[in-house]
Amino acid sequence: MMNHEMIYFYDGSFDGFLCCVFDSYANKEVLTAISRDEDFIPTLFASRVIVTDRSHANRVFKKVVKVSPYAANLLQKGFLTCMPEKEIHLYHLVVKLLRDGPGFLRNFSDETLFPVITAVRHLNGEAHLLKGFIRFSELGGVLGSEIEPKNRVLPVLRSHFCARYMNDRFFIYDRTHKEALFYAAGKAMIRPLEDFQMAPPDDAEAAYRVLWKRFYDTIAIKERYNPKCRMRNMPKRYWNTMTEFQDEAFFRSQNSLAAVPDPSAPNGIPAPATPPGSGLSAPESGS
Amino acid sequence: MDVLEKLTILTDAAKYDAACTSSGGNRTARKGYIGNTSSSVAGCCHTFSADGRCVTLLKVLMTNRCVYDCKYCVNRRSNDTRRAAFTPEELADLTINFYRRNYIEGLFLSSGVFRSPDYTTELMIKALRLLREQYRFNGYIHAKAIPGTAPELVEQLGLLADRLSVNIELPSETGLKTLAPDKTKTAILSPMRQIQVRNQQNKEELVKYRHAPKFAPAGQSTQLIVGATPDSDFHILRLTQGLYDRYRLKRVFYSAYVPVVEHALLPSKDIKPPLLREHRLYQADWLLRFYGFRAEELLDEDHQDFDPRVDPKCSWALTHLDFFPVEVNTADYESLLRVPGVGVVSARRILSARRAGPLHIENLPKLGVVMKRAQYFLTASGKMPDGLRFTPDSLLRGLIAAERPSLPQQELVQLSLFDTAV
Repeated sequence: MMNHEMIYFYDGSFDGFLCCVFDSYANKEVLTAISRDEDFIPTLFASRVIVTDRSHANRVFKKVVKVSPYAANLLQKGFLTCMPEKEIHLYHLVVKLLRDGPGFLRNFSDETLFPVITAVRHLNGEAHLLKGFIRFSELGGVLGSEIEPKNRVLPVLRSHFCARYMNDRFFIYDRTHKEALFYAAGKAMIRPLEDFQMAPPDDAEAAYRVLWKRFYDTIAIKERYNPKCRMRNMPKRYWNTMTEFQDEAFFRSQNSLAAVPDPSAPNGIPAPATPPGSGLSAPESGS
Repeated sequence: MDVLEKLTILTDAAKYDAACTSSGGNRTARKGYIGNTSSSVAGCCHTFSADGRCVTLLKVLMTNRCVYDCKYCVNRRSNDTRRAAFTPEELADLTINFYRRNYIEGLFLSSGVFRSPDYTTELMIKALRLLREQYRFNGYIHAKAIPGTAPELVEQLGLLADRLSVNIELPSETGLKTLAPDKTKTAILSPMRQIQVRNQQNKEELVKYRHAPKFAPAGQSTQLIVGATPDSDFHILRLTQGLYDRYRLKRVFYSAYVPVVEHALLPSKDIKPPLLREHRLYQADWLLRFYGFRAEELLDEDHQDFDPRVDPKCSWALTHLDFFPVEVNTADYESLLRVPGVGVVSARRILSARRAGPLHIENLPKLGVVMKRAQYFLTASGKMPDGLRFTPDSLLRGLIAAERPSLPQQELVQLSLFDTAV
């Protein structure tokens, strides 16, 4: 009999979430909300703070894998998404899976599955776009980049970039979630990082930035100018971390602060500049 | 001339080529090499230019010097434009450094015909060999095979590149004769045939010997210019189908003709590029490749061109109303794909979802079916959407209205009280 309605608080980790699932079964309680410790506010409703126990988490996860490996993957990915109240949606998924079996996972439009799978698609879609939109800068032999994704995409991006730059050293800093992916000599790890500022480029780096900006501005065909189509394919929220949308200062080398060839193309369509931090309020400049 | 200036000239000269994809490549990372190709089927776009086109590859010409005089081309020898050429080192350095910064997925190398097709191809081979062997580049390379090149050189090019393409450009022989007098149909088709045959052989080799060198593993593509010659959509689509059937092309690209030059044989310079027509051709192209349609079903001798108001699939559905409605719970995959508003993804989801239980109309939008088009053509558990009334005539109006917001708007003209009657 599961009839006591409860709110659980956990430490924010994936294992912690799995322990919430474990404890809800152990205590025969139905969860109405699962929140992180730091969001704790005393409520009138009955609540419980869950202590993370690795072995409990493993038991839950193993059980899910046994019933459906696909669902286990959804849980892992779903936990990385930015879906509001993702924990309770994932909890409902586990409960339904253990109660009804994996049959409903075939039905994309199932009311329990749909919100989770939509959020996971959003995560995968964002990661796919970022595979292309991430821009590295070379600083002293190390490649570095910054991104501002909505979902926690770093675990999804890891294998792609580690394979691509196998013999390089690189890092990707996620400004939204304040964590960074580091890679060197075949080893990759994701660690929290409170703040990070990119150093100004050296001469070589600045030169390649100018070359790329020039290429970008030249490749567009004027007669086909279609800013709406560009925005649909590449939403503006990605622009402020991309080289081609930066203002003039970004292309200036740390050594020669004055002399910089004009990055914009003489005959092309200059891309609107979006200085870092200005977010979505970039001014639209026509051709 | 510095690299920045060269890049500007040679990008400007290369931009009218539509192809810019990295799909179909499958290079896994190798130790000591830089790069791989993105594992996703769809390829990977690195940015979108101001005209909304995907930029995947560093698309440049080796040189824009050209001995040919094709009337439609910016690089023809009679055009007064600045000329430049990359050295192999400059090109390799640019590619590697762009690639490391994740600006691009690889290189798209094309070229004007400098001295002769053979000489130009040798230049390209030299640059690609340097990139692959010395700079140890393992990313995607798309190279252009120039009509009239010796087969031995095409062979070498294919071993370095992932994808080769030979551009047909003008969809008919008469067009070729008048506008590109230096090219002939056979000169274009013979390297295409060679690439296809060699590609097929290579597949067999790879079955026998795992480490056999790969010849253009991502296949070949081509490009057709739309609107420079009076060829109809039907003609172009049938040609496309022939290329897919007989030459096993991966893609046919269409490029709306952008008037770059005034010439008596070409459309006037004031004419805008036929973008909507290009869009309809791409839609039809997808129907050929993924939806099991044939060119003869979409158009015929009496209907030579696509209706600009509705997409080709809707046009087909409107003339085959006896095929509908399709019942989503029982129809096979091929029938589902024929319903306007149902695509490859949503059809697969329908097949999967109906195994878990019967589907109802309210499930369909969640499965990705576009109801504003599909509602007229399907039933779920025997029912159409509530309150839907239509006749064949209002059906067309409904579909046109559904399509209109996504089409370029006609420019509004201010009416004047004092206009004289036209």
